[in-house]
Amino acid sequence: MSTLANFASRIATGEIRVVDLTHTLDPDFPVIILPPEFGQCARFRMEEISAYDHRGPAWKWHNISMSEHTGTHFDAPAHWISGRDLPRAAVDEIAPADFIGPACVIDCSEGAARDEDFELTVPLIEAWEASHGRIPSGAWVLMRTDWSKRRGAEYLNMREDGPHSPGPTPEAIRFLIDQRDIRGFGVETVGTDAGQGSHYTPPYPAHYYLHGAGRFGLQCLSDLDQLPATGAVLIAAPLKIKNGTGSPLRVLALVEET
Amino acid sequence: MTHPLAPPPKKNPQKRSVSPTRPPEVRSRAALHLTAAAAEGRFALQRCAECGKVQYPPRDACSACLSTDLPWQDMAPGGTLIAETTVQTSPRLYFRERMPWRAGTVQLDAGPTVLAHIHGDVARHARVRVVARLDQAGQGVLVALPETDTPNMEDDPLMRALSADPKHRRVLITDARSAQAPALARALKQAGAAIIFAGEPESWRPYPQRAELQALGVEILPMDVTDTASVQKLAGEIGGKTDILINTARFLRPGGVLDRGDTGFARDELEVNYLGLMRLAQAFGPGMCARAADGVNAAAAWVNLLSVGALSNARPFGAYSASQAGAYSLSQSLRAEFRPSGLRVMNVFFGPTEEDDWYQPLPPPRVTALALARSVVDGLQRGLEDVWCGDIAQDLRDRFRRDPKVLEREMTLGGEGA
Repeated sequence: MSTLANFASRIATGEIRVVDLTHTLDPDFPVIILPPEFGQCARFRMEEISAYDHRGPAWKWHNISMSEHTGTHFDAPAHWISGRDLPRAAVDEIAPADFIGPACVIDCSEGAARDEDFELTVPLIEAWEASHGRIPSGAWVLMRTDWSKRRGAEYLNMREDGPHSPGPTPEAIRFLIDQRDIRGFGVETVGTDAGQGSHYTPPYPAHYYLHGAGRFGLQCLSDLDQLPATGAVLIAAPLKIKNGTGSPLRVLALVEET
Repeated sequence: MTHPLAPPPKKNPQKRSVSPTRPPEVRSRAALHLTAAAAEGRFALQRCAECGKVQYPPRDACSACLSTDLPWQDMAPGGTLIAETTVQTSPRLYFRERMPWRAGTVQLDAGPTVLAHIHGDVARHARVRVVARLDQAGQGVLVALPETDTPNMEDDPLMRALSADPKHRRVLITDARSAQAPALARALKQAGAAIIFAGEPESWRPYPQRAELQALGVEILPMDVTDTASVQKLAGEIGGKTDILINTARFLRPGGVLDRGDTGFARDELEVNYLGLMRLAQAFGPGMCARAADGVNAAAAWVNLLSVGALSNARPFGAYSASQAGAYSLSQSLRAEFRPSGLRVMNVFFGPTEEDDWYQPLPPPRVTALALARSVVDGLQRGLEDVWCGDIAQDLRDRFRRDPKVLEREMTLGGEGA
């Protein structure tokens, strides 16, 4: 049996589990909030075109609208000013094989439950490696915080001084890029950066460094608690939007049952 | 003395809802000026520019000198009831359902005698105040009120029919996040509203006045006027007990065409200010129209809060003004579409507001939420169609009426160049 036939058969038998890491595109799902004088991220919206009625008797369909960065989504290098001059920085230009890679899940859920501004640091990454092995080159590194279980106002966790949610330090992101050559960084929060990420130097270090180095971001992932620390393969293919800086995603993780 | 109106009993679910009927609508073009004045709460009649005679009913020529120069002027309300009758039967369904009906002749201090509906507290041959009100056909009619206020006079069935009084009614404020929502809720509560609902978009985003609304007993329910499904859902839940809808949803940003350079905020302005109104009307309108004769708490009014920039574009809020002009035009369509039911559309126009941050760089005067709330409640209590809240709105209205092109030219000054 060929590798792919074997693969398909093992998905059918359940030996390979397919985990959906995607939130439902729902008009009421939070999006990132910027100061009001800036342009804003469009919410997901759906308008009926017809529903088996006078507007189209035998069919139902909708027009949908949203931002590239609404819901569970992909951030391409072109999303950030640091990545704007890179080649193949837009979603339509990225090689399709780049969307698929092994996933390393760093469990920060305990820390995030304790401290809503919890930081992923270099020592924490090194401690994770001590237990699970070195992060391989080309990995999707996913920061599990269980933030995807939060609902309503708890999700953005917005206060007078801005949102509070966990994220990586500038040093941790530099480490993952420079020392571990990761494919991209994925989070359960609304952005790859911490809620208070604008107060680091540089501001929004995950966006700044990841995209400046041609790496990808995955945001608003859900159910990272369903994944093993290592061994899963992630498929995160954005829509092929011309010059797109990101895209809503259906993120699938393949997990071998042992 | 008028009996105070008791809160209506719960509706008998086995009884058919009464279909709205209407008084006659046809008027001469000349008579529509009486309606136009009544629409903003004024009592006006024709006064001949040549001979000075005040005449009633309105005509195309002066009944004394045949002049056609007949400007409309606001009249002093004083008069004496000189004759009256109580109509016991009528071929008009609307009046048949409301018999007996008191009508009479008032000798106005201003000159003419006029036909008027008579408030229940007016004694025979008494001194009266004549006011112009809109009836359920949306036409101006004259009403003889007691010379001084009597207890509960607004509860007279005649006055209920000629108003959209919030007393005992259930009101929906469409956007709880609006800077004007708390003041509005407070004023409605003081005016005797039975329930105040407020639609809340994006509950995942906190806002300071939520606690204030809750403390006032406002029922906060999810709705976002840009999300069709959420509007339909709330209409499904409370559309059958929404007697007054006040659309407070507004997207406001400064900027015209060139200084923005994109259509992002304009799209939001249209989504909220124009399409939001349309979504609300499509979801709530049919149910409200069907309940326009549903007893004490019949559906009575649809209220739009509009920037006076709807009349003539007001920089530096040029694109926003355009969306308001769209909403204003749509409100006129809505008026026509609601007309057969008798459901009123009241537009409240105002200038820059105190509570909306975007007006912070503008000099005073600004309209406070309190003033706006008072205007809304007063307009509902008087059954108005057009309310002009604050000095800026009233000034722009007057200049618009004098000459819209002159106003446009003043509003579009380029500034002194080199």
